[in-house]
Amino acid sequence: MAKSKSAYSVATKKEKLDTHIIVVWVDNEAGVLARVVGLFSGRGYNIESLAVAEIDLKKNISRITIVTTGTPQVIDQIKLQLKKLVPVHKVADFKREDKSVIFKEMALFKIVAKKNKIDKCLNACKKFNPVILDKTKNSAVIQITALRREIDKMSIKLKPLGLISASRTGAVAMTRGEKVFN
Amino acid sequence: MSKLLTGAEIVFKCLEDQAVEYIFGYPGGAVLPIYDELKNHDSIKHILVRHEQGAGHAAEGYARSSGKPGVVLVTSGPGATNVVTALTDAYMDSVPLVCISGQVPTHLIGTDAFQECDTTGITRPCTKHNWLVKDIKDLSKILHEAFKVATTGRPGPVLVDIPKDIQFAKSKYSKPKSEKKLNGSSLNRFTQEEVDKLIEMMSKAKKPIIYSGGGVINSGPEASEALRELVQLTGFPITSTLQGLGAYPGDDSQFLGMLGMHGTYEANNAMHDCDLLINIGARFDDRITGKIDEFSPKSKKVHIDIDPSSINKIIKVDLALVGDVNDVINKITKTINKKKLNLNKSNKQQISKWWEQIQKWRQKNSLNFINSNEAIKPQHAVQRLYELTKNQDTFITTEVGQHQMWAAQHYKFNKPNRWMTSGGLGTMGYGLPAAVGVQIAHPEKLVVDIAGEASVLMTMQEMSTAVQYNLPIKIFILNNQYMGMVRQWQELLHEKNYSESYSEALPDFIKMADAYGCKGIKAETPDELDKKIQEMIDYDGPVIFDCHVDPNENCFPMIPSGKPHNQMILGPKEQEENKITGKGKALV
Repeated sequence: MAKSKSAYSVATKKEKLDTHIIVVWVDNEAGVLARVVGLFSGRGYNIESLAVAEIDLKKNISRITIVTTGTPQVIDQIKLQLKKLVPVHKVADFKREDKSVIFKEMALFKIVAKKNKIDKCLNACKKFNPVILDKTKNSAVIQITALRREIDKMSIKLKPLGLISASRTGAVAMTRGEKVFN
Repeated sequence: MSKLLTGAEIVFKCLEDQAVEYIFGYPGGAVLPIYDELKNHDSIKHILVRHEQGAGHAAEGYARSSGKPGVVLVTSGPGATNVVTALTDAYMDSVPLVCISGQVPTHLIGTDAFQECDTTGITRPCTKHNWLVKDIKDLSKILHEAFKVATTGRPGPVLVDIPKDIQFAKSKYSKPKSEKKLNGSSLNRFTQEEVDKLIEMMSKAKKPIIYSGGGVINSGPEASEALRELVQLTGFPITSTLQGLGAYPGDDSQFLGMLGMHGTYEANNAMHDCDLLINIGARFDDRITGKIDEFSPKSKKVHIDIDPSSINKIIKVDLALVGDVNDVINKITKTINKKKLNLNKSNKQQISKWWEQIQKWRQKNSLNFINSNEAIKPQHAVQRLYELTKNQDTFITTEVGQHQMWAAQHYKFNKPNRWMTSGGLGTMGYGLPAAVGVQIAHPEKLVVDIAGEASVLMTMQEMSTAVQYNLPIKIFILNNQYMGMVRQWQELLHEKNYSESYSEALPDFIKMADAYGCKGIKAETPDELDKKIQEMIDYDGPVIFDCHVDPNENCFPMIPSGKPHNQMILGPKEQEENKITGKGKALV
């Protein structure tokens, strides 16, 4: 091994990364998103997608859903570090494979094409609850809700059919059955 | 209906209710209303520093030596940015600070106004929490919460940014909410079962070691008492991190000295070979662990810490007890006594072989150095300083570098809160302003900053503060004309390419002392050293002591980078003995 010239240790072997969905309940106050996102960037954690909105107008609580990847140790750190932030109330964490939790993303597709192509688009989106939000002779805006990978696939599929613009949300999550996050 | 008060009045009301006695600060446009109000509050004294970084470090020195939060008051813009280094330092070393900063009036925020900066944005990653006060009605509540956040759990710095118009605006003042008396137990999550499990591990261990850190100091003087009791009760060897020095008496036979990169041979080897490692209030810092993969490979590991995010952050542990160190140790001791385990006797036999091994390591005498009659060796200077000051209650601060490690190795601390050093951030220039803060908290005590000539020049201006308030701090400079630690690394790892680590134009420290209006003392030979140190101690006033030491001395022992604990480089004496000579040399 070459002699290290660093005062720091050398990075050790890489562990397997898992995808996790982290849900954070926070006070809806100025700068709270910056605190959460700053924690991720400052400590070198990864953000794949992010969704934030106020969910309790009376108590001013916002719910942040973050999709992230990391080793089990890193995921643990993310949760523990988040819990240390003053405006954070609680933190929940799920593996993407978790069957007891529903994950959904929404996408808006703008298709500029003739009617037959638009119909083909709608047909292709059939499985993902397509809703037509706007329609003209040569265009349509279609809304679908699906998983991230499914939306990825659809964007590729719709390209030759006239997809010219796509807008997507981050993932949101909800447990199945009567159980709630704790 | 209660009287309406201005924002500035509310600030002082809060400080009074939080029993604040000293503020370290520097005035400026955006805090003038608060400075205007200062004259009406006799119980609060303002210490005028010469640079806002100095205010931050002074408040750190005050907090670490007194156990109370340090309070800093600065103006907007440059005032706030100058204090960022001190806030980061306090964040890394868990020091409770409350920083109040002025801000441009609310309607000008975001317009790039004169001396405006995004203070809460800049300080977000280096504080536990920060607030921008946008409504005068929130001011008293926020200030009380600021003190609470800074001092509870793992302590740390907080910042409250107050726009100038809020300082003028009027509102009612609300007192701090009387907390339900929880005695911090709300942060204790450890259970009796975990304590029982730990005791079982302790009674089985054949090669145990306790590794204590700054958390013991932060838990208060009672925690140090509790730790001493536990160590005596178990007969276990104990080592300490840089920040933990003083929690356990440095001259006790069960104490192995500091561990880590420049720790003792016995402490590091014991960490490597032990079968039970009990971490009390430390965080497995990378200067401690060395190579993670080979860190203490044969041991069961236990971690006691108040911060849940410290657990398993770097080293995976077998048992974690989350709680205030003092409460955890007391519970352990109580349980041992209740079970009448008599660990002291039963353990003694069980771990006697372990102690024999430790004695063998001790015989290496790893802190040894080759003394000289001509040049003052820096280690010798620290040893003499210790011998001449150990009969009184002395507070030591340091800068960062070789002198800091020599101070940690050769000055023995017997009480907590007597040792203030920048460990996590490693801030050169910390020691002098910290000494100012320590002296404010302990006006009658001897306060010495063991310094390097390069570090001390970074915050030298605070000598002027010391002179203004007649603070008799002693700046003991181990002057080797180099950035010593940088030079040492360049010598050992960069083929002696001493790139920019030599200061070609150092000031004359004696004349400098003169210019500041304090006393200057110079020592150049070992013969005069004791006499000069005594002169420094006896002088009633601030002193700059220019101690010329051997410029080529390196700090040993050390763990080279990327190496485990049992592969230390020892000092020149040992190296001499192991030197390959004659025939052997040809073979290499």
